[in-house]
Amino acid sequence: MSIYAQGIIFLISINLISVLGLSLLTGFTGYFNFGQAGFMAIGAYVSGMLAKFLNVPIPISVICGMLAGGLISIPIGLPTLKLKGDYFAIATLGFSEAVRLVNENLEGFTGGARGIPGIPSIRNPIPVVFIALLCYFFIRYYVVSRHGRNCIAIREDEIAAQSIAINTFRYKMISFFINGLLAGLAGALLGHYVGFIQPSMFGIPKSTEMIIMVIFGGMHSVTGALFSAILLTTLPELLRAAAVWRLVVYGGLVILIMVLRPQGLVGSWELQLPFLNKFWDWINVRFNKKLREVS
Amino acid sequence: MAFQQLVNGLSLGAVYAMIAVGYSLVYSVLNFSNFAHGEILMLGAYAGWYALTLLKVPFGLSIAFAMIGAGVVAVLVEKIGYRPLRLRNAPTLYFMIAAMGFSVFLQNFSIIAFSPTFRTFPQIFSLDPYVIGDVTIGRLDLVIFLISIFALSLLTWVIYGTKIGTAIRATAYNGVVASLMGINPDLVVTIVFLLAGATAGLGGVLFSMKFTAYPWMGVLMIKAFIAAVVGGLGSLPGAVLGAFLLGITETFAAGYISSSFRDLLSFALMIVIIILRPGGLLGKVTQEKA
Repeated sequence: MSIYAQGIIFLISINLISVLGLSLLTGFTGYFNFGQAGFMAIGAYVSGMLAKFLNVPIPISVICGMLAGGLISIPIGLPTLKLKGDYFAIATLGFSEAVRLVNENLEGFTGGARGIPGIPSIRNPIPVVFIALLCYFFIRYYVVSRHGRNCIAIREDEIAAQSIAINTFRYKMISFFINGLLAGLAGALLGHYVGFIQPSMFGIPKSTEMIIMVIFGGMHSVTGALFSAILLTTLPELLRAAAVWRLVVYGGLVILIMVLRPQGLVGSWELQLPFLNKFWDWINVRFNKKLREVS
Repeated sequence: MAFQQLVNGLSLGAVYAMIAVGYSLVYSVLNFSNFAHGEILMLGAYAGWYALTLLKVPFGLSIAFAMIGAGVVAVLVEKIGYRPLRLRNAPTLYFMIAAMGFSVFLQNFSIIAFSPTFRTFPQIFSLDPYVIGDVTIGRLDLVIFLISIFALSLLTWVIYGTKIGTAIRATAYNGVVASLMGINPDLVVTIVFLLAGATAGLGGVLFSMKFTAYPWMGVLMIKAFIAAVVGGLGSLPGAVLGAFLLGITETFAAGYISSSFRDLLSFALMIVIIILRPGGLLGKVTQEKA
């Protein structure tokens, strides 16, 4: 396989991981996260700096980056997830801008605007693809579990969900935490794939690109995220000549989808895998009888 | 030194106030964060810049250009994107996503159409400042402050002194009941977007006279949001108060700490307000009802 094709597979997997987290948070829990890039930046910087300066092996540094992305979401979520979605959207946007500003201004620590070059890189895409598929199956089955259905109930009507004794704040926090983990993981992998990290890699355009992938594929489908990560990562590569128009088209696409087909590309359709369904049932029976009623 | 910073802060706050009232107005009626507000402001600034440099119109007319241009774009955005969602009773999330779509679309389109360079407004007011004691007040700062206060008074009169203002306030209070009383909700929303666009256009021109105009200046929307949250989301006097508070905080932060951490401090201000007083300074905490 050529290096170029390998690169595209890398990017698809990385985007997929990040989009899956966002799909759970925005698509299934109904909270608009406008700052996904900030969480990716945290993961990328933590993992990249651990691997470069402290010679931590890549798998461990990536896990640290992932945990950092998850942990940082707690102080952001605590004050804002109790309020309406608008506060949350702006707080995440503000957070990602703050991360960028800090990274740009702490010259001695993060290398400033020039970033950190020479991060140990991953050459083999197979483990990354494997991780991405693992994340896909995790989110795919999380949303049909009791926890996932609680999230959907929050999206549909938060007050009604509260009235049937769902601890809405808790499930919002869990969604946000998982999103932070996946974003941190995606960021860490991105840093190790590219080999250097810069604050400008994680700006507002990155956040909007992620959210657009979620909406394009279908907000109510995990498989939609899979499709749109593949499509929207490959298409711009094929249409290199029209690169400047990419974000214009994306913006127009989002408006069109919202006005004409808010359910996105695939609606709420999910890929059905009989073998994995059986496996999932087996896990449920084994470990948690409450989770049994799976679609 | 401190008084000088206060003067600078008031001038910056006046610009933020122009941006924040329009944002807050839309929020009070439609209950969602209009992320495209910043791009409307940017288009207004460019309309003003092109009017001044290409058409060579006098300064007053260029402001009118900017306000009308931005107002029309804001109404178009509403008609194309938000109206179909309103008619469908779509959830707030969809409005926010559509707004983000407009923001991305308009911003990147402007980068191509206007080229990604910083545009400086021609110098209209002389640079020598008024000096009172050891405080210097730039002429431009004074003009910005006065224009903004005048526009805010005008807006206050429209909202609290005219029939259409009463209709807007009624719709903001309860849209369904207002429409039962014979208020046309479509018309009210159109006028709200026209007003919000016009104030944003004016704010854009004032901002770019003080600094510069550039295609991604729509990020200023965050400042409008912070101001609105600090003052109380959806409250117009709150937005103005929050904007001045934000402007003063930022100039003091830039003057005494470091200008690169100015934006961080304004986010911190917002987070502190959210934790201590989620309703904002002038707003009241309302329990959401089904």
